[in-house]
Amino acid sequence: MTCKEFLAHLDDLIDGTVTPEMRAELQTHLGRCGHCKVILNTTRKTIEIYRSHEIYDLPAGLQERLHNAIMARCKKGG
Amino acid sequence: MPAIQSVAAELEPHPDVALVARVRGGDVSAYDLLVRKYERQLFRISQHITQNREDAEDVTQDAFLKAYEKLDQFQGNSKFYTWLVRIAVNESLMRLRKRRSGKMVSIDEDIETEEGSVPRDLADWAPDPEQNYNQAELAEILRKTIQGLPQGFRIVFVLRDVEGLSTEETAETLKLSIPAVKSRLLRARLQLRERLSRYFRRNKGLKNMRPRETGAEK
Repeated sequence: MTCKEFLAHLDDLIDGTVTPEMRAELQTHLGRCGHCKVILNTTRKTIEIYRSHEIYDLPAGLQERLHNAIMARCKKGG
Repeated sequence: MPAIQSVAAELEPHPDVALVARVRGGDVSAYDLLVRKYERQLFRISQHITQNREDAEDVTQDAFLKAYEKLDQFQGNSKFYTWLVRIAVNESLMRLRKRRSGKMVSIDEDIETEEGSVPRDLADWAPDPEQNYNQAELAEILRKTIQGLPQGFRIVFVLRDVEGLSTEETAETLKLSIPAVKSRLLRARLQLRERLSRYFRRNKGLKNMRPRETGAEK
């Protein structure tokens, strides 16, 4: 397997949607390719960081104001 | 994980179904619960698309109001949350269009770039790279990095990886084909990884270290 072929299956490997046979092939490639191992690990980490960090914070005050505005409009419109 | 959720969803009705039924029956307080449940996510998605806080506030309000008014059109064959997200994405794109005074804004723009399709920065990252920054610095890095992605990639990444929609739900929400979602997701992930490498690589002080052009091992 070439690095390009590995890359084509990267998402499936990360998302756990590869067949056991394909997984074994990908693992074999990873065993001998340090670069693809780095790409796999750092791509996983990229997703994890974005998932676990709130980058657009909604402070409680704003949330309350937003919530009240939505409900006021719904009640009026409904 | 998404597979487990979808199996569970088939076995028993999603709790939102009962809330939606109550709202349809005239119980506004049930809608209050739905708003509380999803306002944070909708605000976040709207901000990712519009990249503007006031617009995101307006979009969130408009999306919930529109959903309320159109609740009769909600078929129940998709999740209420996915339906809501679709409304918010459309409202966000409309808002952008207005801001750019009629210039077409679609999730198809800027997708010709090949950047990031082939990983160039092959340096490994520090073990817990985010520990090297305080919360505010980290948030700024993450914001700046994701804002630099082409819009069509950014929305797919946000819906699929940050908000946890399935590939199928993302495709349905954005009216894209499943292969298109998959291809954008891969490129979004790789571009983000590439850009974050500047901050998270081991020995990040070595700025003049040039990324290798090929994937060949030493």
